[in-house]
Amino acid sequence: MPHAHLNLNRPTGDEVKTTTCYMCACRCGIRVHLKDGRVRYIDGNPRHPVNQGVICAKGSAGIMQHYSPARLSKPLLRVGERGEGRFREIEWDEALALAAQWLGDIRARNPDELAFFTGRDQSQALTGWWAQQFGTVNYAAHGGFCSVNMAAAGLYTLGGSFWEFGEPDWQDTKYLMLWGVAEDHDSNPIKLGLGQLKARGAKIVAVNPVRTGYGAIADEWVPINPGTDGLLAGALIHELLRCDRVDLDYLVRYTNAHHLVIQAPGEADDGLVACDAEGHPLCAAHARRPGDGRGDEDGSPCDDDYCIVDATAIDIAPRIVGEVTLPDGRRAVPAFQLFAERFMANAYAPDTVAPTCGVPAETIRRLARELADTAFEQAITLEQPWTDAWGREHATMTGRPVAMHAMRGISAHANGFHTCRTLHLLQMLLGAIDTPGSFRYQPPFPKAVPPPNRPGKARKDNGTLDAGPLGFVHTPADLVVDAHGQPRRIDKAFSWQHPFAAHGMLQNVIANAVAGDPYRIDTLFLFMANMGWNSAMNTSATRDMLRARDPASGEYTIPHIIYADAYDSETVAFADLVLPDTTYLERHDCISLLDRPISDADGAGDAIRRPVVPPDADGSGRDVRPFQDVLLELGARLKLPGLVDADGAPLYRDYADYIVRHERAPGVGLLAGWRGEDGGEAGIGAPNPQQLARYVEHDCHWHHAVPAAGRYYKMANRDYLDWAKGLGFIGTTQPIVLQFYAESLQRFRLAAQGHGAQQPPAAERARVARYFDPLPFWYGADDVGASASSSGTPSPPNPPLEGEGSKARPSALGAQSYPLAAITQRPMFMYHAWGSQNRWLRQIATRNYLYLHPDTAAAHGVADEDWIWLASPRGRIRVQARLHTGTAPGTVWTWNAIGKRKGAWKLAADAPENADGFLLNHLIDESLRARDGRAGYANADPVTGQAAWFDLRVRIERDAQPRLTGHRIEMNETPA
Amino acid sequence: MTSLPAPTPKKLGLVIDLDTCVGCHACAVACKEWNDGGDFGPLPDADPYGAQPRGVWFNRVHSYAVEPGIGLAPGIGNRESGIAGAKDNASSPRAAASPIPDSPFPIPGLTVHFPRSCLHCETPACVTVCPTGASYKRAEDGIVLVDADKCIGCQLCAWACPYGAREFSVQKGTMQKCTLCVDRIYNETLDEADRQPACVLACPTRARHFGDLGDADSPVSQLVAERGGHALMPEFGYRPVNRYLPPRPRRDASTAQPAAPREETLDREKLPGVLRWLDRVLSR
Repeated sequence: MPHAHLNLNRPTGDEVKTTTCYMCACRCGIRVHLKDGRVRYIDGNPRHPVNQGVICAKGSAGIMQHYSPARLSKPLLRVGERGEGRFREIEWDEALALAAQWLGDIRARNPDELAFFTGRDQSQALTGWWAQQFGTVNYAAHGGFCSVNMAAAGLYTLGGSFWEFGEPDWQDTKYLMLWGVAEDHDSNPIKLGLGQLKARGAKIVAVNPVRTGYGAIADEWVPINPGTDGLLAGALIHELLRCDRVDLDYLVRYTNAHHLVIQAPGEADDGLVACDAEGHPLCAAHARRPGDGRGDEDGSPCDDDYCIVDATAIDIAPRIVGEVTLPDGRRAVPAFQLFAERFMANAYAPDTVAPTCGVPAETIRRLARELADTAFEQAITLEQPWTDAWGREHATMTGRPVAMHAMRGISAHANGFHTCRTLHLLQMLLGAIDTPGSFRYQPPFPKAVPPPNRPGKARKDNGTLDAGPLGFVHTPADLVVDAHGQPRRIDKAFSWQHPFAAHGMLQNVIANAVAGDPYRIDTLFLFMANMGWNSAMNTSATRDMLRARDPASGEYTIPHIIYADAYDSETVAFADLVLPDTTYLERHDCISLLDRPISDADGAGDAIRRPVVPPDADGSGRDVRPFQDVLLELGARLKLPGLVDADGAPLYRDYADYIVRHERAPGVGLLAGWRGEDGGEAGIGAPNPQQLARYVEHDCHWHHAVPAAGRYYKMANRDYLDWAKGLGFIGTTQPIVLQFYAESLQRFRLAAQGHGAQQPPAAERARVARYFDPLPFWYGADDVGASASSSGTPSPPNPPLEGEGSKARPSALGAQSYPLAAITQRPMFMYHAWGSQNRWLRQIATRNYLYLHPDTAAAHGVADEDWIWLASPRGRIRVQARLHTGTAPGTVWTWNAIGKRKGAWKLAADAPENADGFLLNHLIDESLRARDGRAGYANADPVTGQAAWFDLRVRIERDAQPRLTGHRIEMNETPA
Repeated sequence: MTSLPAPTPKKLGLVIDLDTCVGCHACAVACKEWNDGGDFGPLPDADPYGAQPRGVWFNRVHSYAVEPGIGLAPGIGNRESGIAGAKDNASSPRAAASPIPDSPFPIPGLTVHFPRSCLHCETPACVTVCPTGASYKRAEDGIVLVDADKCIGCQLCAWACPYGAREFSVQKGTMQKCTLCVDRIYNETLDEADRQPACVLACPTRARHFGDLGDADSPVSQLVAERGGHALMPEFGYRPVNRYLPPRPRRDASTAQPAAPREETLDREKLPGVLRWLDRVLSR
C-alpha cells in the first residue's frame, strides 16, 4: 500500500542567521532558522568554539522563550499598590521622562541615592560604566549570591578562577575532581568536556551531597556534608604532606611558598613578607658549597647553611622550612612552614575530619593517594618547547594530569572563600595549575594577583566616580567606608564587614535600604534581577519590605522602584515603573573581554548578539526596547559625562553604536576583534566602523588563539605573557606569582590588631582579625553566626582547628533544633533559566519536591510523597517529600526556582508551579541574627560578602494530613 | 494487520551511551523543536501554561537511582514528564528494569538517565497491529513511521508497543512517533554534517550516535561490539534496532586496587614535623 509522499528535501527555513544564545550564561553559538519571518528552529553552531554544534534543552526551547506569552509589551506605570500588579500602559517618552526626572533629582542631590543593580545581564561592561558616569557607588550585578567566593578566592590567589576564568584540561586530564558542582555551571562546555573524559576513560570524582547530573556519570560519588569541603580538602593536604607527595619545585618556582614571613607578634609587620630595600621579597636559599653551583656570591648575608636572597631570583635553591634571622634581627619563616604546621596538625587528619565531613577516613586517604599517583606517577610530557618568564628555554612541558572544578557547593557557604583557597593550595601542592592535564587559565587570565582595579569611591567634579564601582580591594585604604570606618555602600560591600566583596551584595540591598542601614535610598533600579522572588533570600519578608511604608510620611520606604525585564516576573508587580526589554533574539548584546568573556584555555574570545527578528515580527504589537539602548538614552537625557558631547547631544545612537565606538582606554573597546580602521588589529586598535559586520560574517564571535608555546604555565610563560600584553590583557610581562600565602589578607588582620592608618571600628576588629587569615582554614557556619551576632564578645583571632578537642561540628543547639542541611540546585533543563514558564521545559517539570534519603525519611517517619513541613528559624513551608537514595543522609534538597508566585509568568492560577512547587528561599535569612532576633551581619562570607544560602539548616515537622496536597508558607514574625 | 517488509539489510538506529548521559533533556527538546515545525509536526501541547501541561514528545528522558542490593530505588524522576496522563508510568519498576542488564562489574549506587524513544524494531508489533496500514516499516532503511493520512487514531499501536514510544495527539487525532529525523538524514538542503537526527547533533555529552546497525563494520556497530551494547527488553521478541551502552565499571572504593599504605619517607622521630624538608634542595 503506497504511503503519503515524503518530502525528504524540504529546506529548514528561508534564512539562517547566527547569533549567541542567552538561555543561560554559557553563550553558545546558535543558528536561528527563520521561515516566513518567524523563528522555525534554533540549533547549535558547529563552527562556534563554546558549544561546537551541540545545544542544550534550554537552547532548543529558546524558541518558546522568544514567543512566550509572559513577554512584556509596553512601558508600565503603577496605578495600584506595590505588589498588586495594577499598571497603566504608557508611552516610552513618558516612561523615559519620568525615569530621567527621578534620576536627575538624585544626581543633583546625592548620586548614591540610586541603587542600580542588575541580574544575570552579561552587559556589566556597559552597566558598571554607566553607574560610574552617574556617580553612584551603589552598583553591582548578581555575583554576590552566585559565585564571588570562587572569583575572589581565585583572583586573590591565582589571578584566575574556577568557573568562568579557567577550565579543566579536557584533552589531557586523567583525574577530574568536581567539587560542589551541581547540574550546572556550566552547561555545554562542561558537558562536552565530560563526554571527552568518558571517551578517554579518565576518572571523575564528584564531591557533592547529591548524586544527579554530572555526579551521576562520575566514577566515584563522595557524599559530603554541605559546608565541609574545605575540611576534606584540608585532610587531602594533610595526607599529601604526611606522605611527602607534593611538588615542592613547582611551589618555589611559581608561588610565594618560599617567601619569608616575618614573625613579630604584636608588631606592625607581623605576618608580612620580608622584603629587601628595593621591595623584593626575600627567601632563605641553601648556601653555595664549593663546587655545587648554588648559593650566593654577591655579598648577601649568609649563614653556614643558607643565604637570605631575593626570592624572585632564579637558579637558587630556596628553603621552604626553617626559621631564619633577617639581617635586621627580625625572625622569619618560609610561608610553606606556616602552612605545613597548620595542615599537618591533627585537626586536619582524615580520622579527625571524617565524622564532620561524613566521608570515611580511608576514602580520604585513598583519594589523596590517587591524586598523588596521577599527578606524579602518571605525569605527562608534551613535546612543546617554551620559554619561561625569565628567559630560560625548556624543551618540553610537564603536566600533572589532575584537574579540579568547583562551583556553587563551595561558593554558597560562609566559609567559601577559604574553602576555595584551600582547593587552590591543594592544586598548587600537586603542581597542577596551568600545566598539561590540570586546571587551565582562560585568557585574559591570569592577571596580577589581585587584579589592579580598585573600586571607585571618590566623585570627580563632573559627578562621575573615579573608577568603576566594583573592583578589588588591596589594602584597607581601598575600602569604601566613611571617616568612621562605616559602610558607604548600601549593600555594605567593600566595608570592614565584607572587605573583598568584589561583586557587591545584591542580596542585602533591599533589607538595608528599608532599614536605613546605613542609609535610605531614593530609587532602586533593577535589571533582570528577580528580587521579588527567587533572587532574594528571606523572600516573603523581602516582598513585605518592597511595599513597606515609612510610618512618619506614609510613603514607600523605598520611594521609587524601576524595573527592566523582558518578562512578567514576580518582581514586576513591585515596580513603580516597568521598562520592557526585548527578547535575546531582538537586540544587540556584547559578550566582552571587559566583562565575562567566552575565552577557552587555548584562546581569547568575545562575541555579540544581534537582532535576528524585529520585536513586532509576530504581529504582537509589542512596543519594547533593548535595555542597553534605554540605558544609553537615559544617560543622554541626564547629560551624563561620556554620554553626551560638549553640546549636550547624545554621543551614541544606540548600543550597537556604543559597542563599536566607545573606547574604555585608547584603542580598547568592548570588542577585541577586528579593531583598527581597516579591521586588521586584535585587542587594541582604533574603532572600526565595520566591526559588527565582521562579527556577523564570523558567526558573531571572535577567537584569537594563544601561540602553541604559550598554552601552559601561562603565569610564567614568556610566549604567553608577551601575547597577552600585546592584546592589552596585562600591563607587564613579569611572571605572576601565585599567592600561596595571601599577604593581602594579613594587611587587614594587622589593621584589626591596631596597626596602620585605616583600622576597623572596634566592633569589627575581632571578626576581621579572625577571618583575614593569610592561610586558608576551615570553620563551620555556626562559627560565623556566633561571631556575627555578638560582636561584643569576639572569638579568638586564631584558626579554630589547632590542637585536640576542638573538633568542629554544628553547635549543640543548632544540631538539635535544625539537624538537616538544606540546599538547592537547578535542573539542567532550567539552568540559569530566566523564566521557567517555558511551555516545553515546564512539561519536564512543573514543580519541585523535597528530596531526602530513605534513612532520613524513616528517622522522621516520612513516607514517599508525604506532605511535610520544613522549618527554619525564619518560618516553615509545606512541601512534598520524595525519597532519593542519591542524597546524602543528613541533607535535603530541591530544585531551585521552579516554584513560582501565583500571578507571575502568565501561568494559570492553579499551575503546579504555584500550587505545589515551592521556593526554599523563604527559609533562608538574609541576615545573621542575635538571640533577640535583631539583624546583625549579612548571612554571608565575612571575607567576600557571598550569600551563604547553602548554610541553611532545617528540621522536618510532620503534618497531620500528609496526603493532603498543597504548598503553604508560614513565616515567623521578623523582629524589627 | 499490516505486513512488514522483508528483513531490511539497512537498519538505521540510535546507540545511546548510558555511561555518559547526564540526563539534561537536550535530546528531548531538540527533537521536539525540530519536529514541531517539520513535516511530521506539529507536536501539539495541551494546557501549555496551565495545571496539566502535556504535549507530544518523540523522546523523553527518565532518571533512576539503582542501589546495590536494593535494585531500583526512587529516582528524582520528574514523573509528570511520563507519557500522557500515566503519571507514574515512567518510574514503575517494569518500565525501567532493563536499562542496566546484569552487569559483570560491581556497580555501586548509580543514578541512571535513560532516554526513551522509538527503537525501530525489526519486527514491530505496532506495525503489524495497525488496522489501516498507517504504521509501516520502511524497506529501504528500517525506519518505522506513521502515515498520518491513514491513521485513524485507534491507538492499538500504543497498546502494542511495550516501550511507550508512541504518543497520541488528541488535537490531531493521530498517533505520532520518532521518525529518526527521516526529513533530516537524507535532506540535501542541509550540510552533510547536519544530516543526522536532531537529538544526536544536540547531545552535549555526545552520548548519542546514529548509523546503520545492519552493517557490522559501521562505527555504531563497532561501538556496540566494543562496549557490550544491548537491546532494550529483547525478551518481548520485537528485535529493537536501537542499542544502549551500559554504564562502565565505576572506579571507587569497591574497585580500588588495594595499595600498601605509603609510609612517610622521612623519620619523624629524627626531625619533628615540618623540618623534614629542611635539607631538601629545590630548584627555582
